[in-house]
Amino acid sequence: MADSSARAVPSSPPTALPVVGKSETKPTWCPGCGDFGVVAAIEMALKRLAIPSHDVVLVSGIGCSSNLPHFLSSYGFHGVHGRVLPVAEGIRWGNHGLTVIGTGGDGDGFGIGVGHFVHTMRRNVDLTYVTMDNQIYGLTTGQASPTSTMGHLTKSTPTGVIETPIDPVALALASGATYVARGFSGDVKHLVDLIANGIRHKGFAFDDVFSPCVTYNKINTFDFFRQRVYKLESSGHDPSDIVQAWQRSLEWGEKIPIGLFYRTERPTYEELEEVLHAGPLALQPTGLRDPGPVLDEFV
Amino acid sequence: MEEISVRVGGQAGDGIASIGEAVARGFSRSGLHVFALNAYQSVIRGGHVWFQARASGSRLYSQGDAADVLYALDKATVEIHSAQLRPGAVVIHDPEKFAVDASQLPPQVTLLPVPTLEIARKYTSQSILQNAGGLGAVAYVAGLPLDLLHQVLADSFGKKKGEVVDWNLGASTDGYKFAEQHASVSARALGRRGSPKLLMTGNQAIALGAVAGGCKFLAQYPMTPASTIMHWLAAHARSLGVVVKQAEDELAAIHMAIGASFAGVRSMTATSGGGFSLMVEALGMAGMTETPLVVVESQRSGPSTGLPTKTEQGDLNLMLGAGQGEFPRAILAPSHPIEAYSATVDAFRLAEEWQTPILLASDFHLSENFATVDREEVSVPSAPPSLFTVTPNGGDYLRYQITESGVSPRALPGQPGLQFIAGSDEHDERGHLISDVRAGIPVWISERQRMMDKRMHKLDGLARSVPPPVLEGAADAPITFVTWGSTIGAVRDAIAELAERGRPANLLRFPAVYPLEPAKVRSLLEGAKRPVLVEANYSGQFGRLLRAETGFEITDRLLKYDGEPFSPHEIVARAMEGPSHGGQ
Ligand SMILES: Cc1ncc(C[n+]2csc(CCOP(=O)(O)OP(=O)(O)O)c2C)c(N)n1
Ligand code: SF4
Ligand SMILES: [Mg+2]
Repeated sequence: MADSSARAVPSSPPTALPVVGKSETKPTWCPGCGDFGVVAAIEMALKRLAIPSHDVVLVSGIGCSSNLPHFLSSYGFHGVHGRVLPVAEGIRWGNHGLTVIGTGGDGDGFGIGVGHFVHTMRRNVDLTYVTMDNQIYGLTTGQASPTSTMGHLTKSTPTGVIETPIDPVALALASGATYVARGFSGDVKHLVDLIANGIRHKGFAFDDVFSPCVTYNKINTFDFFRQRVYKLESSGHDPSDIVQAWQRSLEWGEKIPIGLFYRTERPTYEELEEVLHAGPLALQPTGLRDPGPVLDEFV
Repeated sequence: MEEISVRVGGQAGDGIASIGEAVARGFSRSGLHVFALNAYQSVIRGGHVWFQARASGSRLYSQGDAADVLYALDKATVEIHSAQLRPGAVVIHDPEKFAVDASQLPPQVTLLPVPTLEIARKYTSQSILQNAGGLGAVAYVAGLPLDLLHQVLADSFGKKKGEVVDWNLGASTDGYKFAEQHASVSARALGRRGSPKLLMTGNQAIALGAVAGGCKFLAQYPMTPASTIMHWLAAHARSLGVVVKQAEDELAAIHMAIGASFAGVRSMTATSGGGFSLMVEALGMAGMTETPLVVVESQRSGPSTGLPTKTEQGDLNLMLGAGQGEFPRAILAPSHPIEAYSATVDAFRLAEEWQTPILLASDFHLSENFATVDREEVSVPSAPPSLFTVTPNGGDYLRYQITESGVSPRALPGQPGLQFIAGSDEHDERGHLISDVRAGIPVWISERQRMMDKRMHKLDGLARSVPPPVLEGAADAPITFVTWGSTIGAVRDAIAELAERGRPANLLRFPAVYPLEPAKVRSLLEGAKRPVLVEANYSGQFGRLLRAETGFEITDRLLKYDGEPFSPHEIVARAMEGPSHGGQ
C-alpha cells in the first residue's frame, strides 16, 4: 500500500482565495531578457481578470521561456520540449473549469511542437497560448529557430539561415485560430490587454510575443522592434475581417504590426464534446455503474 | 479434448470475419467456450484472410491445431488449409465458383458442395448474400440449431429491419436445409451446454476494464492492433461517460492523457510498438512528474512497420527500457480477455496508488482474437471515487514530499492553496527546479539523489503490489513452461493435451513481467525440473530479463518470430522431444 499521507483527510479550507501573483521563485533569465515583460503581463492580466490562482494552470515545454510557470503562484505543468499544447488540451478536457495558459518559445511551439500548434487551433480548444518568440534557441545557446530570419548567422547557421521563416500569425490564421494577436514585451501595457482579452476569449487565443533574447539574438533586439512596431488598434484594422488580417500578417520590414489581427466566434471543442456537457470530467462519476446492458452486448 | 473447430477463408472484403463471428457467437450462445482467431493481412481488399471458431465444453486458451469444418470462399483457402483438417472434416464450397478435386483432400475429409450463389439469386442480385447460404450449411454441419443461427444473424443487423435481414434469414435457412439433405452433422458437434457466454476480444476486454477501473479519458492514434480499443470506447463514449480523443499523433495522445490525469481524470492511451516508440519521452515525463497513467502497448511483428497484422512479443525490451534515465513503472501482461479485463482494472489502481505509468502489454493475438468469458467472471469494482474527494493536508504542502513508499500527497489544480509546479526537470519536494542554478551545488547534489531514491522506492512497493507469478499445474511436473502474455494460451492448451497423453507438464506464468521479486522468482525457477522458456520473439527477451533479475538462465528455449501465434502442437512437440539448448 502507498503511504496514507497520500490519502489524508481534508484540512480546513483556506479562507482567502488569492489571485495569481509572483511565486517565491525568482526568474533565472538573463538580465534584460524579453521574457520578464511577458511574465509581468501574464500576472497583470490574471490579476485584472481576478481569477483565483488555484484555478489557473500554466503549462510549458522546455526552453528559457518555458521556465515561466515557476515564477507565478498558480498551478503549473512544466513538461518536455514541444508538447505544451497536448498537455494543455488534456488539462482542459480533464477539467474545463480551469483557466489554462500555454507558454513557451518559438522553437518549442513552431519547431518541435508545430504539429500540435496547428491541430489545437483547428479544434478551437478554449485555452490561451503565449509564445515568447525570440527568433532563436535561447536555452541551447543560440541556434537558429523556425522564426529566425533569412541570413541570420547563428551557431548552427554560421553562413546564415537559408530557410524562409515560419510566420506564426499567418499559420494561426490558416489553422483556424479564433483569436490571433501579436505583442511586444517592450510594451507590457499593450501586452496585458492582448493576453487578458485572449484569456477572456471563448476558444483558442494565440498571442505571439516578440520577446528579445538579449544574449543570443543580436538582430531582433528591443531596439529593432521599438523602431518598427505599430499598433493595429490605432491604424484602422478591422479584426473581424480575415482578409485584412492576412494582409497585415504579411507586413514585415520597416513596419511590423502588433495587436489583435483577428478574432471570431466558433464553438469550442469543449462545447462540441458531448460528454463534457455533464460538467468537468474530473468531477463526473466513474466506473461501470450499470454493467448489465454493456455485458449484454457481448452475448 | 472434445472440441469442434470451424474455419472460414477467402479474400479480404469477402465478409469472412462476419461469417466466422456468427459461428463463434452461435457456439458461445450455446454455452460453449470459444476461442476465435481472426487472421488477416494489411490490405483492405484481396489477400487471404481466414477466421477460425473453436469451441469446447471446457475453456479454450488458443486457436488449437486443426479444423473440422472448412468453408472456402475461394480455391486458395482449400489449398492453404486442407492440410490442417482432422479426419471426418467437411469442406464446404460452391462448385459454381470453383471446383475442388476431392482426391487432393486428406483422407477421411469429405466435400459438401453448396449452391450458395444460386441460393443468393433467389433473393437478390447482390452476390454477398451467398455467405448467408454458406453460413447456413456450416451451422448445420457444426451442430448449431437453425433458430439460434437466425437469432445471431438478426442481432448482427442490430435494430435494422427489412428485406436485407429477411434475405439473410431466408438464404441461411436454404443453406441449412441443403446441408441437412446432403450431409450429416459433424461427429464432433457439441450441442448446447448451459447459459450463453460473453464473447469478446482482448481489446474489448481492455476497454471494458478501463471503464470499470475508472478511466474517463482515452487519447489514441490509430494503429493496428490497438485501434479497436478506441473504436469500442468511442462507440460507448456517451453512454459510459468517457472522452475519447483521436489525437494528431502518438506524441499528442500520450501528452493529452498525461494532461487529463494531472487535472484529476483517470486516463489512458493505447498504441502498438511504433506509436509507443514515439511516446517514450512522455512516459518518462509521467514518471518524473509522478502523474498516474495507463499505457496499452499491443505488440505486432516488428521491427519498424514489420507485419502490421501479425503477432509478436518483441517489444518487451522496449517497454522495460523506454525513456531516458530511470523511473518506476510496471508491466502487466494478461493472456486472455478475462485477464485483460482485470489487468486493466488493476493497472488503473496501480497507476493511481503509485503515481507512475503502468504499461499493459498486449499483442495482436490477445487484442484481436475472441474468447469467451462467463458473466459472473466479470467482477465490477465499486466505482472509483472522484480524485477531488481527497485533499492533501494544507499548510506547508509538498507535492513531492519524500515518504518511505515514495508516494507523496497529490493535489489537483482547482484545489485552493495547494498550487505546485509539476516539473519534468529534476525538482525538490516542493516542485522547485534543481536543474538550473542549483545543479551541482553540494546540498542540491544530495537532494537530487534523495529525489531519485524517493521515486525509485516505488519499485519496491510495486513489486509487492503487482500480481505475483503463478505456477499452474502439478508442482512436481517433469517439465515447466515459463512464459508470459498471450503465449500462455497455447501453453495451457498444450499442457491439457500432454496430460491426455500421460505427459504431465506445468506452467510458470507472469501476470506482471515487471517489477519482479528476484528471490521468489529464482526459487520458482530452481524448483522446476526442466524449465522451458516459451515466447514469441527472436532473442528470448523475457528469458533475458529473468536472468538479469535472478541470475537463473533458462537454456531450453522455444522461440517463435514468424508472425504467427504459437500452436499447442508446437509446444507439445517440444515436450515430447526432450531438451534443446539455445535453439530457436
Ligand atoms: C526532445 C528535445 N530535444 C531537444 C532539446 C533541447 N532543447 C531545449 S530548449 C530547446 C530550444 C529552445 O528554444 P525555444 O523553444 O525557442 O526557447 P527559448 O530558450 O528560446 O526561450 C532545445 C532544442 C530538448 N530539451 N528536448
Ligand atoms: S538566453 Fe536569451 S532567452 Fe534565454 S534567458 Fe537569456 S536572454 Fe532570455
Ligand atoms: Mg526561442
